[in-house]
Amino acid sequence: MSEDLFQGYKGEALELLKKYHVRVWGHAVINTTRGQFEGTVLPRSENDDDKHIVLKIITGYNVGVDVSTVQDMKEAGFKKANYAIPEKEFPYTENLPHVKLFGTGGTIASRLDYRTGAVIPAFSPGELYGAVPELADICNLDTEKVFAVFSENMGPKQYMSLAKAIGKEIEKGIDGIVIGHGTDTLHHTGAALTFMCQNLPVPVILVGSQRSSDRPSSDAALNLMHAMKAAAESDIAEVQVCMFGPTSDEYGLLHKGTRVRKMHSSYRSTFRTIGDTPLAMISRTEITPIKKTYNKRRSDKNVVIKPFFEDKVTMLYYYPGMSADILDSMVDMGYKGIIIIGTGLGHVNKELYPAIERAQKKGVHMFMTLQTIWGYVQMFVYDTGRDMMAKGIIPLGNMLPEVAFIKLGWVLGQTNDPEEVKKLMLTPINDEITEREPYNGYLVYQGGVPEVEEFIKKVHK
Amino acid sequence: MKKAFDPIQNYQETMKKAGYVPRKEASQEDYDRIGFMSGLEVHQQLLTKRKLFCHCPAGVLHSDDNYNAEIIRHMRPTLSELGEYDGTALMEFKTRKNITYRINNESACTYEIDDTPPFIINKEALEIALEISMLSKLNIVGEVHITRKQYLDGSIPAGFQRTAILGVEGVVPISNKDIRLIQLSIEEDSCREISDIGHERVYKTDRLGMPLIETVTYPDCKNPEEVKETCDYIRFLNRSTDKVRTGMGAARQDVNVSCKGGSRVEIKGVAHTKWIPELTHNEAFRQWSLLLIREELNERFKSKDEWKMDYTRLEYDAFSITHQPIKLAKANGEHLYVVKLPGFKGILSHFTQPEKCFADEITDRLKVIACIEKPNMVHTELAEPVITGADLEIISSIMITDQENDALVIFWAPEDDVKTALETIEERCQMAFDGVPEETRKSFENGTTIFERVLPGADRMYPDTDSAPIPLSNEYIDTLGKQLPVDVSERFKQLRDWKVPTDTYHYILSKNLVPVIEEITESLDYSPKFIGTFIGQTMKYVEGHYSQAADFNYNLLISMFRFIQEEHLEKEIAKWMLPHLYEHPNMDFPSILETIKFKRSTEDNIMKNVPLLIEKYEKEGRKQCKTAEKDWISGQLRKQAIGNMNLKTLANNIEALIK
Repeated sequence: MSEDLFQGYKGEALELLKKYHVRVWGHAVINTTRGQFEGTVLPRSENDDDKHIVLKIITGYNVGVDVSTVQDMKEAGFKKANYAIPEKEFPYTENLPHVKLFGTGGTIASRLDYRTGAVIPAFSPGELYGAVPELADICNLDTEKVFAVFSENMGPKQYMSLAKAIGKEIEKGIDGIVIGHGTDTLHHTGAALTFMCQNLPVPVILVGSQRSSDRPSSDAALNLMHAMKAAAESDIAEVQVCMFGPTSDEYGLLHKGTRVRKMHSSYRSTFRTIGDTPLAMISRTEITPIKKTYNKRRSDKNVVIKPFFEDKVTMLYYYPGMSADILDSMVDMGYKGIIIIGTGLGHVNKELYPAIERAQKKGVHMFMTLQTIWGYVQMFVYDTGRDMMAKGIIPLGNMLPEVAFIKLGWVLGQTNDPEEVKKLMLTPINDEITEREPYNGYLVYQGGVPEVEEFIKKVHK
Repeated sequence: MKKAFDPIQNYQETMKKAGYVPRKEASQEDYDRIGFMSGLEVHQQLLTKRKLFCHCPAGVLHSDDNYNAEIIRHMRPTLSELGEYDGTALMEFKTRKNITYRINNESACTYEIDDTPPFIINKEALEIALEISMLSKLNIVGEVHITRKQYLDGSIPAGFQRTAILGVEGVVPISNKDIRLIQLSIEEDSCREISDIGHERVYKTDRLGMPLIETVTYPDCKNPEEVKETCDYIRFLNRSTDKVRTGMGAARQDVNVSCKGGSRVEIKGVAHTKWIPELTHNEAFRQWSLLLIREELNERFKSKDEWKMDYTRLEYDAFSITHQPIKLAKANGEHLYVVKLPGFKGILSHFTQPEKCFADEITDRLKVIACIEKPNMVHTELAEPVITGADLEIISSIMITDQENDALVIFWAPEDDVKTALETIEERCQMAFDGVPEETRKSFENGTTIFERVLPGADRMYPDTDSAPIPLSNEYIDTLGKQLPVDVSERFKQLRDWKVPTDTYHYILSKNLVPVIEEITESLDYSPKFIGTFIGQTMKYVEGHYSQAADFNYNLLISMFRFIQEEHLEKEIAKWMLPHLYEHPNMDFPSILETIKFKRSTEDNIMKNVPLLIEKYEKEGRKQCKTAEKDWISGQLRKQAIGNMNLKTLANNIEALIK
C-alpha cells in the first residue's frame, strides 16, 4: 500500500509537483513571476482546479500559487500534520446515570477533510471528553460508532440498525440513549425511531449541531451537554430531538420525534415543533416541561423493536399545472405508497384525477399531507377534496409530510393490506397525528417560550 | 541593625539598573544597547458600500444603546488545522465570559451572528486591497484562500475572523532605509466593545464584518521614530488610493516590540501614530527590566521548578481592616487570600514601566484572566503600605513567612474565581524566571501598557470550509495594476522639490492632498511651494479651529484659487476666504468676499493714503523709529490691501515713502 504523496492534486499542478519532487506536507520554496512563496504544501480539495498549489505560509495562513507563474521550486523539508482531537479517558463516577452515545456521523464532532475541503465526522468518547469535559459531570458515558454517514445519507437501513442497537442497550439496562446525528434529516430519523422503538422505558435523544465543532462558537458542546442531561435525568421516555431553543447559548428544547422539523438552513435554533409546543426546555441546570403529558420513564425493559421498512415509497410535492405523467411514472416504476403534499387544506388539480384513479386500481396507497406544514388536512370543505377521497386518497390529519413518508415506509414494510395500512397510518403511535392543536402551538416562538407565552396572553395575535 | 526595605528606593534603583532614560533623552546607543526591535500591523478600513462577506451596509454605526436585539455566546477553544490548541484560546476559555452581542437590524444580519454562512467576498473590497498590495510591492498570490483566525475574546461572534492573504514579501521605503513587509491580508473588522466587567462582556455588531486590510512589517525598526515613520508611510500609502475610510477608528495599528533576549509583545489598537514612539520606548525598557528580574530570580533559585508559592484563605475578622477595597470585598462576600511568593522580595516593586512595577503585571492579569475588577490585590511592597506589622504577625501565625526574603500578595475575589486567580498569580511568577511572556498589551495615552491577552500564534488558523478559493489571473492583476496612484515615496520627493516646509508633509500626505496641489498649480498660475504651504499650514489650521460642513471637500480649494486668479485678486486673500468656505461650502465666492467685507481697490488708491498717515504718525508724537512707523502704517492699510495688493509690496512701498 503506497501513501498518496500528492493528495488531491491533479493535471498541471500534479505534473509540476512531480517534476520538482515536492510532496504534500513538504516545505516548498517556489519562485514565480510574481515573486517568491514559501510554505508547507497542503493537500488540495478534489473539486478545486488543477491550476494552483496550496501553501501554508509561516504566519499560518494558506495561499494558492498559480502554476502558470511558477519558474522553479524545491522541497526544503517535510513535516506531516497530525490532526487529532486530544483523547482523554472518560472518567467513571459512581451514582451517575449510564448513557450510551451512538455515533452516526454529522457535525456533532468533526474535523477537516482535505479531500472535499469540508468537515468530516470524528468520534470517540475520549475525543468527546477531551473536547467537552463537562460531560463527565452529567453521566457515565459509553459510546459506539454505529456508522459514519452524513445526515443526507441516512436511510431506512440505518434506521433499522439503530433501532436494533437501541433495543440491545435497553436490554442491558441503560439509563438513556443519545444519538449524534447530522441535522439535515434529524427529524426523519426521529420519526423512524419513534415507530421502530415503541414502549420505550428510557429517553432516546437525537442531537446534532448547526455549526461544526471545529469553530469556537459551535453549538455542538452545549447541545451535547443538554442531550446527555436529558438522556441521563429526564423523565420523558420518548424519542426526542434536542437542539438550541434560541440562537443564543442559553437553553435547548426537547422536541417530539414525530412533530419536529428543520425550519432554517443555517440558524442554530432551526428545529421547531410543528402543530404543538415542544416537550420541554432544557438548560445545563434544569429540565422544564412545557407539555404536561408524555410517556414517563420506567424501570422495566419492555421496549418493542419493530425494524421494518419498504423502500418503494415516495413523495409527490404538488405544484399548479402539474401533469399526470409524473404520478403515472411513479406508479410505473413500482412505487407502492405515495405521500402527496397538497396545497391549502389538501388539494391537487383535476388533471391528476385519471392518474390517481389508475394508481388506485394498481393498488398504490396514497395519503394526503400539507404544504402549509401547519394545520390539518380537511378534504370535506371543497369538492376537489371529496373527489380525491372518493378516488382513494386518505387524509393524514396534521401529520408532517416527512413523518408521513417515514411512517408509510414503515407500515408497508409490515403489510400491504389496504385496510391494515389505513388503520396503521391513522392510528398515532406518538402524536404524529394529534387530536387537537393548542392555541399557542403555532404562535409560540420557540426561541423564547416563557416570554412569548406572556406576550400572547396580553396581545391579540 | 539592618535597614528597613524601602520599596520606593528599590523601584528607583532598579529603574537605574535597567538604564531607563526618558525617550527625549534616549539616543540610538541606548536602543542598540537593549536591542530595540519593532514592527507593525497596520489596519485600514476600506471604503466600500457593503460589508465583506454579507450584504449589510458598511459604515453605519450606532450608539451603544441603539439596538434591536441581544444574543449570548460562549466560546470554546478548537484545534487548528495542524491539530494544535492555541494558547490565547485556552486563556480566554479560562475566563468563562458571558458574551452579549447587541444587534441593530440596520447594520447587521444573521451572518454577523454566525447563523448564516458567508456570501461571496465583496469584489469592490478585494480590488481596493489588491491595489494597495501592489502599491506595497508585495508578491500577489495566485489564489486567495479564506482562512478562519480564532478570536475567543468574543470580538467576533463566530469565534473566528475570516481573513485571507493577498500578498507576501513587500517593501516600503522610509527616509533612511527600506522596511520589509511580511504580508497583507484582507479581513472582516471585529465588534466594538461596549463594556467588560467581571464575567460579562458586551459588544456591538455595527462595525463587525466591514472590510479591513492589515499590512504586516518585519521587525526592521531600530528605534521608536522609525516605527512611527513606517506607520505613517503605510497609512499615507493606503490613503493615496482615496478608497479607504477616514476618521475615528478607520485606521489603527498594533505595534510589535521586543528587546534583545526579550519576546514579541504586541501593543494593540494604537489609534494615533504620534503615540507610537513613547509606547515602543517604554515597552522595550519594560522587557529589559523583566530580563533583569529573570537574572535576579535565577540567582536566588537553582531552577524554576524549585520555586513554589504558598497560599491560604484569610478570615476578615482576624484583622482590623481600614483599607477601603478590602472592606468592600468583605461586604460583597468575597474571599480573602494571602499568597506567599518565596524569594520575591524586591521583585514586586521592581521597575517595569514609568510608574509601574512588577506587581502591576500580576494585578493586570488578575483582572483579565480571573475577571476580578481592580483594585484586586495589595502586597508587601506598596509605596503606601497596607499590610502593617500587626497584620504580618497574624499572617505569620498561619503561614510561615521569611520576611527577609519573601513577598506577600493579598487578593480578594468571588469564590468561583479564586482557583483561576491562584493559577494566574503562580503562572505569572513562574514566567518571571523565563523573562518576558509573549502577550498582547493595551496602550494608554501616557505611553504605558497593560496586559490584554496571551499572544496568539499560527495555531489559531483554520481553513474556511464555507468558502471556495478565489483565483487571481495575470490578466486581472495587470488590469488592476494600470489604475494605481503615484507612489508615496514619489509624493515625498515632489514636496521636497517644491520646497514645501517639511512639517506640512504629514498633513498633506495623510489627507492625500498632493493631487490637489498638482491640479491647482498645473491649471493656474500659482507656485507649488505657495499652494503646498497654504494647504499644509492654513488648511490644517482651519481644519483644527473651525467646524467642517458635511459637503466640504478639498477640491473646493481648486475652485477657490481659480476664482481668485480669474478675479485678479491678490492670492493672500485665500487665507481669509478659507474659513468661510470650510464652514459654508455651498456659498458662492462673491458672497464669501462680502462676508469678509472685501472692497475692491487699486494699489494706487491704497498708496494714496500713505502721506496722510505719515503726517498723522509724526503729529501724534509716536516713537521715532522707521520700522515702527512702517508697521503702524501697514497696519492701518492692511484691511484695504488684503486681496487687492501684496502685503509685502505694501510694506516695501511704505518704507520707501518714509523719509
